[in-house]
Amino acid sequence: MTAMTMVQAINSALDCTMARDPNVLVMGEDVGFFGGVFRCTEGLYEKYGAHRALDTPIAEGGIVGAAIGMGVNGLRPVVEMQFADYIYPAIDQIISELARLRHRSGGEFWAPVVVRAPCGGGIRGGQTHSQSPEGIFTHVCGLKTVMPSNPYDAKGLLISAIEDDDPVIFFEPKRIYNGPFYGHDSSTGAVGWSSHPAGEVPEEHYRIPLGKANVLRAGSAVTVLTYGTMVHVAQAAVEACGIDAELIDLRSLLPLDLDTVAASVSKTGRCVVIHEATRTSGYGAELIAEVQEECFWHLRAPIERVTGWDTPYPHAFEWEYFPSQRRIIEALERTLAFD
Amino acid sequence: MTGQQGPAGVIPPRRKSKLHVPAASSRPGQVPDFSQLHIPPAGDASKPGLDVAALDTAALAHGLIRVLDDDGAATGEWQPDLSPQQLRDGLRHMLHVRAYDDRMFRMQRQGKLSFYMKCSGEEAVAVAQAMALESGDMLFPTYRQQGLLFVRGRSVVDMMCHCISNAGDNLKGRQMPVFYSWKEGNFFSISGNLATQYSQAVGWAMASAYKGEDHIAAAWVGDGSTAEADVHNAMLFAATYKAPVILNVVNNQWAISTPQSFASTGTTFAARGLGFNLPSVRVDGNDFLAVYAVTRWAAERARQGFGPTFVEHLSYRAAGHSTSDNPDGYRASGEAEAWPLGDPVQRLKQHLLRLGEWSEQQHSELEQELAAAVARDWKEAITHGTLEEGPHWPVESMFEDVFKEMPEHLVRQRRKVGEQL
Ligand SMILES: Cc1ncc(C[n+]2csc(CCOP(=O)(O)OP(=O)(O)O)c2C)c(N)n1
Ligand SMILES: [Mg+2]
Repeated sequence: MTAMTMVQAINSALDCTMARDPNVLVMGEDVGFFGGVFRCTEGLYEKYGAHRALDTPIAEGGIVGAAIGMGVNGLRPVVEMQFADYIYPAIDQIISELARLRHRSGGEFWAPVVVRAPCGGGIRGGQTHSQSPEGIFTHVCGLKTVMPSNPYDAKGLLISAIEDDDPVIFFEPKRIYNGPFYGHDSSTGAVGWSSHPAGEVPEEHYRIPLGKANVLRAGSAVTVLTYGTMVHVAQAAVEACGIDAELIDLRSLLPLDLDTVAASVSKTGRCVVIHEATRTSGYGAELIAEVQEECFWHLRAPIERVTGWDTPYPHAFEWEYFPSQRRIIEALERTLAFD
Repeated sequence: MTGQQGPAGVIPPRRKSKLHVPAASSRPGQVPDFSQLHIPPAGDASKPGLDVAALDTAALAHGLIRVLDDDGAATGEWQPDLSPQQLRDGLRHMLHVRAYDDRMFRMQRQGKLSFYMKCSGEEAVAVAQAMALESGDMLFPTYRQQGLLFVRGRSVVDMMCHCISNAGDNLKGRQMPVFYSWKEGNFFSISGNLATQYSQAVGWAMASAYKGEDHIAAAWVGDGSTAEADVHNAMLFAATYKAPVILNVVNNQWAISTPQSFASTGTTFAARGLGFNLPSVRVDGNDFLAVYAVTRWAAERARQGFGPTFVEHLSYRAAGHSTSDNPDGYRASGEAEAWPLGDPVQRLKQHLLRLGEWSEQQHSELEQELAAAVARDWKEAITHGTLEEGPHWPVESMFEDVFKEMPEHLVRQRRKVGEQL
């Protein structure tokens, strides 16, 4: 085991898979010589060469289109979108092509492409460096959508994603690349990954299956469903208010580990769903629908949702926008107030 | 059934890759080398008539329009008709931009801004172009054309207020620094998503032609951003409808760490216009006079109904991409000094000195005057609030302008935020 940041764990996952399989390559804007604007592909150019740590033109649609062609012709491209906010020029290739190729060709063609993208706010990035568009992709049939919350999971999940024969959209919350984050108004403060248990990462190849949630904290009073940066904010909120919550890090949004979710909510009878993304038609709405379908007779309170607001991500009002510990605690208290 | 690929983990034998991956002008530790870049002498390029056909611009698209020679003399058919006062104005604007950039960069380093982007080395492009256009012409810039704002007379205090998202920010704290918008100055809202403005500029120009007006549009993209589909869309629409638009590519050699060779395909950017049947020229972007002359010519073409012009400005990004970037990680230090087209400010200064219309003393006095002006403007800007301390716009204002009229769900969300405060 080695202490790794999330960036280093992602880098290690890429390195392990590239070492094992010469068909794996990384491609994207500034990922080659420079090693990526967030350093996730650092060293791969030196180790595997310019054609396996492939710099590309700034054309996200072209990058994904080319990756699909490469995938069809036997390669396993791991695409980096510089920011999740810049996936949109590639949306037609992702939604109309990548996601549906296997189905529309009757299983003849498929492209095992992974699209990695740093997502989320908390870095004063304004509206085009802060978005959490995961709900757009979970709405598309044929895509798997993953969002890790720590270095250990990031590596294991990314290796599974790369080795998966289906396309995977792999969101990396950039706020926690270099350390967990407990929310702006947190008294816990930010510490690095080196002092966090999930910052201990094996050097070697290992997988974490897609579709398996992680119960971070067992509890009996209420189930908290979340993923990405909000896992840490939620954890700090639960500790701060002393409510005996069961905290579940979903890790994989699609496929969703509904068994783990349903078992928990059936036990606690209460549920709070938390994400950074905007509220309306967000992934939380899907979660709430699933929970009420599976657990209706066990529910003792309306399911609460804590999310970003339905506005573009504001530069000046980051901390009024970003779901805070306080908003989470209020939601927990509201659910518990029901008898 | 045959699968299309072997199972992961089975390593097939592989020959050496034949995939071509373009190279950079330099990487750290190397000696910067622009010897591949052919720089024709100033005054060589011919100036065609306004009705020139795209095919007949091929030499200009592959060549380079230059007016100022190495001694600062203006020469050739492209010499613009600029008075010494206009030249001095141009120099002042470029120095003002430079003083502003320096100040804002330092303020970012002191934590007063979240982010900043300089345009060092490419000031001539935006400044000369804005001077060559009419005030009613609509500008669709990127984040590196702040010079347009200085020429059009935007208040520097207002620009600063935007950059620190304070109560005086006309964008109400919503945008990152440098993503200006200024409707009054016909300066379009800058997008964070590269190249989207290019086809929008064409549409604006189409509307101008549709309404029978004389206003034209001008748009800019960087060398790297020419790769985006929006650029190709814009070129096709501009050519199809003969839209009155100037489509500019600022080739400053770098797109963050990626050299221009990843988008230029081994030829000039201007040459791409020829394939769309667009009259296309390549100009020395560090030559204030040449940029001005080309822009006048292209604007006149557009205004007289000859349609779009595609212009590549050959320049160099002398500073880092942004405050988040350290170029020493991907290019040789000293590359800017090796850039064969020099520095736009120095070159215009040299020209004015040669004309006897400027002196070293005037130059250093002007630099001091502008540095002092920018420092004063900063002091005034922060009286309207700072990024960290405020005052900002009211927090609830973030729910405004999502729609013209606020729908119920946003009214509810706004109320919740209000209760929290
Ligand atoms: C659609 C999109 N993709 C990626 C980015 C990230 N990005 C911002 S600037 C930049 C480089 C642009 O280079 P260039 O077009 O040459 O302009 P320059 O910065 O040199 O002026 C990149 C990749 C973005 N803003 N938008
Ligand atoms: Mg560039």
